[in-house]
Amino acid sequence: MDEVEVLIIGAGAAGLAAAGEAARLGAQVLVVDENDRPGGQLFKQIHKFFGSKDHQAGVRGYDIGNALLADAIGQGARVALNTTVYGIYADHRVGMITETKQHRLLRSQKIIVATGATENALAFPGCTLPGVMSAGAVQTMINLYRVLPARQTIMVGSGNVGLIVSYQILQAGGEVTAMVEAGPRVGGYGVHAAKLSRSGVPILTRYTIKCAYGNEQVEGVTVIALDEALQPVSGSERDLAAGCVAVAVGLTPLSELAVLCGCQFTYVPRLGGLVPLHDENMETTVPGIYIAGDSTGVEEASSAMEEGRLAGIAVAESLGYITTKEAVECKNKVRIRLDALRTGKFGEYRRQAKDCIIEERRSYVVS
Amino acid sequence: MLSADFAERGYLSEEEFSRLQPSEERKKTGPVAILECVQDIPCNPCESACPFHAITVGLPITSLPVLHVDKCVGCGICIAKCPGLAIFVVDYSRPGPLGTVQLPYEFYPLPQVGDTVVAVDRKGETVDCATVVRVNLTAGQDHTAVITVAVPKQIVHVVRAIKVIGSEKS
Amino acid sequence: MRILDHPILGPAQQTVWVDIEIDGKIIKAREGETIAAALMAAGKLNLRYTRKRGKPRGVFCGIGRCTDCIMTVDGQPNVRTCITKVKTGMKINTPGGLSPEGAN
Repeated sequence: MDEVEVLIIGAGAAGLAAAGEAARLGAQVLVVDENDRPGGQLFKQIHKFFGSKDHQAGVRGYDIGNALLADAIGQGARVALNTTVYGIYADHRVGMITETKQHRLLRSQKIIVATGATENALAFPGCTLPGVMSAGAVQTMINLYRVLPARQTIMVGSGNVGLIVSYQILQAGGEVTAMVEAGPRVGGYGVHAAKLSRSGVPILTRYTIKCAYGNEQVEGVTVIALDEALQPVSGSERDLAAGCVAVAVGLTPLSELAVLCGCQFTYVPRLGGLVPLHDENMETTVPGIYIAGDSTGVEEASSAMEEGRLAGIAVAESLGYITTKEAVECKNKVRIRLDALRTGKFGEYRRQAKDCIIEERRSYVVS
Repeated sequence: MLSADFAERGYLSEEEFSRLQPSEERKKTGPVAILECVQDIPCNPCESACPFHAITVGLPITSLPVLHVDKCVGCGICIAKCPGLAIFVVDYSRPGPLGTVQLPYEFYPLPQVGDTVVAVDRKGETVDCATVVRVNLTAGQDHTAVITVAVPKQIVHVVRAIKVIGSEKS
Repeated sequence: MRILDHPILGPAQQTVWVDIEIDGKIIKAREGETIAAALMAAGKLNLRYTRKRGKPRGVFCGIGRCTDCIMTVDGQPNVRTCITKVKTGMKINTPGGLSPEGAN
């Protein structure tokens, strides 16, 4: 039986950070990813990150990604791309299809699931028209492939993803005809909204998209105002020209693998829905299976990296590569950085949600 | 504490705006930074960016940055370091009717010194034409250029962005 | 449309162009880009047509998860074009209805 010490599923922010820590502490690490390039969503983040110096604030996402990757590989972690994990079985056997389309059943002493999150869709007449796509898809096209989907884009949703991608569309030479937000105020940071406002992008709060229209692809949209009960206000429709509708209405954790191996879940709407229970070490209710990053609840790249580091240290500790005392020291440093990210108006609810998850995990008893 | 305006569209409220304005006295002594950062998000690169230690954030890092105007010389190094592009440097102290605004710029094409550009306010509305007097883009700024434009002193407090003429999409 | 110069990404690097065929027509694509990106750059956002009503579909998620972008590539149906790189001489067809070869 094919075996490794630590298998990390997903080479995004959390997975690479976990790999770097575990490998640095001496563990034999293999990271697998279904994509043909590592980094998850990091490489299309061309903006400067927030946080403190410890969080690499002021550094652009792709530079952070490159550094994480170099560190993981430099510490001795192996990365296998184009490798799709389809299941985790009893005894930590992991089924996967490799780059050469071979089936492989690999047993791993410790497993870290770091599979990230997926963008949500929004249903409205015309939502299937070519040109209606997730904000992340627009970001991939403009920042990775240097292709602008259309001259004019409507952005639906004003969380940080919507705000940041709108700005990046402007940087790519496109126009954002309008941003619509169903709520009374933007969901993301005011400074992101400020950049758009002073660039002349209309931010229509209490508005949503009524329909998109066009023959072979999107040609325009009708937006409509919403009242306080989020009901459409008839007569308030406005037609706007657009060749692309970018949908930025939230993310949902991708934790199917955790479901498959029997982890217990809880439902936390503000973290994106169903999330696996985990303890302070990021270990799920299945011994030896850990989880980190957006797959544990939607936050941001910076917290994903710190959770990855926690999991990486924890697996190294449980494999005996470091003493409990050393592990506590390492983990405390990470926790201080992680807690700093979960403060303020935007972070406070996430901290509470995560505390509840850990509390629920603590009181979970295997029957 | 946080104005609805800023949360809604990124505009400062009257109160926030007044709070951030330098005193008439300070305006006369030279350029000074304005940190249009009024939301408690975890972020503090401005603190370590300033070589004169004129900005403090402290702990927790969600604290709003505080500018010590007596230490600030208006060098503008903080402008490119702010991930939110929320810092500007204003100068009312030159003789004559014109003042300057230093602002962050991350679009293509970059204007050239001497170019006439359109100066806009926080809502993106045209205020006036302006002349570009300096363009800074060093490797340390990591692709965030700092443009200095000369505008009448009466509108220095509203000009927060520029439009490069000829780069308009039709 | 292609982004030739960009304030953060800089100018487009020396491009190696490859010829690919879409529904019988030859177009240029950049080596290393995905089929979906190449077609998007050429202004083609409609990548397939649905079976029942013949409605157009295109990229949605852009990362290989939703399968809205599938086309027939070198005879192979259901290829996710948003994650498949172009190759010289690749033949791509817009599938429609039950026919993997084309809608018309």
